[in-house]
Amino acid sequence: MEKITTHTGTALPLRRSNVDTDQIIPAVYLKRVTRTGFEDGLFAAWRKDPDFVINKPEYAGASVLVAGPDFGTGSSREHAVWALMDYGFKVVVSSRFADIFRGNSGKAGLLAAQVEPDVVERLWALVEADPTTQVTVDLQAREVRAGDLVAPFQIDDYTRWRLLEGLDDIGITLSHEEDITAYEARRPTWKPATL
Amino acid sequence: MGRTLAEKVWDEHVVRSAEGEPDLLFIDLHLIHEVTSPQAFEGLRLAGRPVRRPDLTLATEDHNVPTLDLDKPIADPVSRTQVETLRRNAEEFGVRLHPLGDVEQGIVHVVGPQLGLTQPGMTVVCGDSHTSTHGAFGAIAFGIGTSEVEHVLATQTLPQAKPKTMAVTVNGSLPDGVTAKDLVLTLIAHTGTGGGQGYIVEYRGQAIEELSMEARMTICNMSIEWGAKAGLIAPDQVTLDYLQGRPHAPKGEDWDAAVAHWTSLVTDEDATFDKEIVLDAGAMTPFVTWGTNPGQGVPLGGSVPVPAEIADEGDRVAAEKALEYMGLAAGTPMRDIKVDTVFVGSCTNGRIEDLRAAAEVIQGRKVANDTRLLVVPGSVRVRLQAEEEGLDVVFKEAGGEWRGAGCSMCLGMNPDQLEPGERSASTSNRNFEGRQGKGGRTHLVSPLVAAATAVTGHLSSPADLPAQA
Repeated sequence: MEKITTHTGTALPLRRSNVDTDQIIPAVYLKRVTRTGFEDGLFAAWRKDPDFVINKPEYAGASVLVAGPDFGTGSSREHAVWALMDYGFKVVVSSRFADIFRGNSGKAGLLAAQVEPDVVERLWALVEADPTTQVTVDLQAREVRAGDLVAPFQIDDYTRWRLLEGLDDIGITLSHEEDITAYEARRPTWKPATL
Repeated sequence: MGRTLAEKVWDEHVVRSAEGEPDLLFIDLHLIHEVTSPQAFEGLRLAGRPVRRPDLTLATEDHNVPTLDLDKPIADPVSRTQVETLRRNAEEFGVRLHPLGDVEQGIVHVVGPQLGLTQPGMTVVCGDSHTSTHGAFGAIAFGIGTSEVEHVLATQTLPQAKPKTMAVTVNGSLPDGVTAKDLVLTLIAHTGTGGGQGYIVEYRGQAIEELSMEARMTICNMSIEWGAKAGLIAPDQVTLDYLQGRPHAPKGEDWDAAVAHWTSLVTDEDATFDKEIVLDAGAMTPFVTWGTNPGQGVPLGGSVPVPAEIADEGDRVAAEKALEYMGLAAGTPMRDIKVDTVFVGSCTNGRIEDLRAAAEVIQGRKVANDTRLLVVPGSVRVRLQAEEEGLDVVFKEAGGEWRGAGCSMCLGMNPDQLEPGERSASTSNRNFEGRQGKGGRTHLVSPLVAAATAVTGHLSSPADLPAQA
């Protein structure tokens, strides 16, 4: 996984709450067996509308998505994270993320920065007034900066550390394999098995 | 100090705990399907890692399998590739698979419980958010993403931060004609889609205790729709009666040992929850959704809300967008909403009791003109049981379609989809835009409301139907 310390780029203002994973990528786009190429499904239904914000030329190349509360609700599909990353987003800023989406982001290397609702409003205002506004998301300092806005964001310590170091979760866990083996040895024998 | 049920189950599964790190939890059962697993197996292959515990892993095909022409190859080449990839991966990594055509095939959350694999006190994960279903047995069960699927395959563990705990206490008894589905839709309308976020929820109280195992699964299934990490219900005699004798349930002395442990899995008297919600079951009525998230619901006797009357700006804008998408006028009585398709099925309401409930309403009646009724059993076992009881004949004689098992129109990954603008009454779990097909409009309902709606052609409850001779 790529390390993330600080990201700076232009931002896409998505003025919607409850952006569920079926909107981020509809189920019909989930049929690939590879891990890349999901950008075509991103916001597939909404993108058909030429007025949808992602289609506006002034927001082309945006790498920070700023969305309303309850972003990523619904299905566990990690494809939602992959679609955002494949499209070019490095960071999603919202005032509330669904748990599974937040977890998937941390695993795949998309930074989910949780801010206060007024910060979302101010970011929207800034990038709508000037789409070239540079938004910096500083993971080291846990800070979002844009124009005269400087605001903290929340991310749990462990995910932050993993993203800063670009660490692979499985590798970390397997370094504790003796603990897993010890646990397996003390599990009750009546627990079910599939084989 | 006492512990809650969730805390007891959690503590029993901690492999490793360290300051500043999430707990490393052991996973007792890992369920797999074709959509969220291919990239996980690919990751193992690239890293040269085996599946650590194939004996705690089970795969089935459900999300994009067809429910018609089951004797033919899957027509959609992309779906076929995904299913074939799962078959290859299961064989290569030594994982048991119940493929299309196998008597144990079906929706992963229907299959686990009916095999007796889901048991109290377990940790259960699957790359599917409705894994919360298994919490009905007093298990901690939650959905995970594909990176986590790979992690569990490789290590049989998951690093997890310990969630807070919440109690949802439902006092009183559900009135006749009001089901577990109505209860959970009422709850979600009360909390909103984010109300459970960060919590493992324990459902308790008289109304919960009075529910069958299958109805409890309906409640826990929809925990994710109000944002909860997981939802669970303490095991009791209902749980034991359901489990005993199932293929993977413990037997003989093992059963006694298991029961002795399971009966300790209750929240201690002096335990405290971080939050509590109290509801009165006696006041509940059939409940349906009008909008595009599961929290946008009202009693069937109510009306489509008037956005201008909603105080919160975010909720008001969301309601306006939802009504536009749903093609509904503010203030329309819910019972006046005409429905094109009725879908009975899914991991929420595709079990035998759901089909029995729907069939009892349909029996001797006809599906309305211009209305389509699609009945999709949750598993092959459910289908065979229903056919033994003659339920398939009831649906077919009424003009309904009787299909093979799978997720089907719940998420429209297979050919069972709504057309743009088509309106459904669906016993599934999500009314998101386009969920059941591009441009499709979904109203979430109970199996009873679904069946009555199929008969009248507009949202109805069985009480609205004329009595039969």
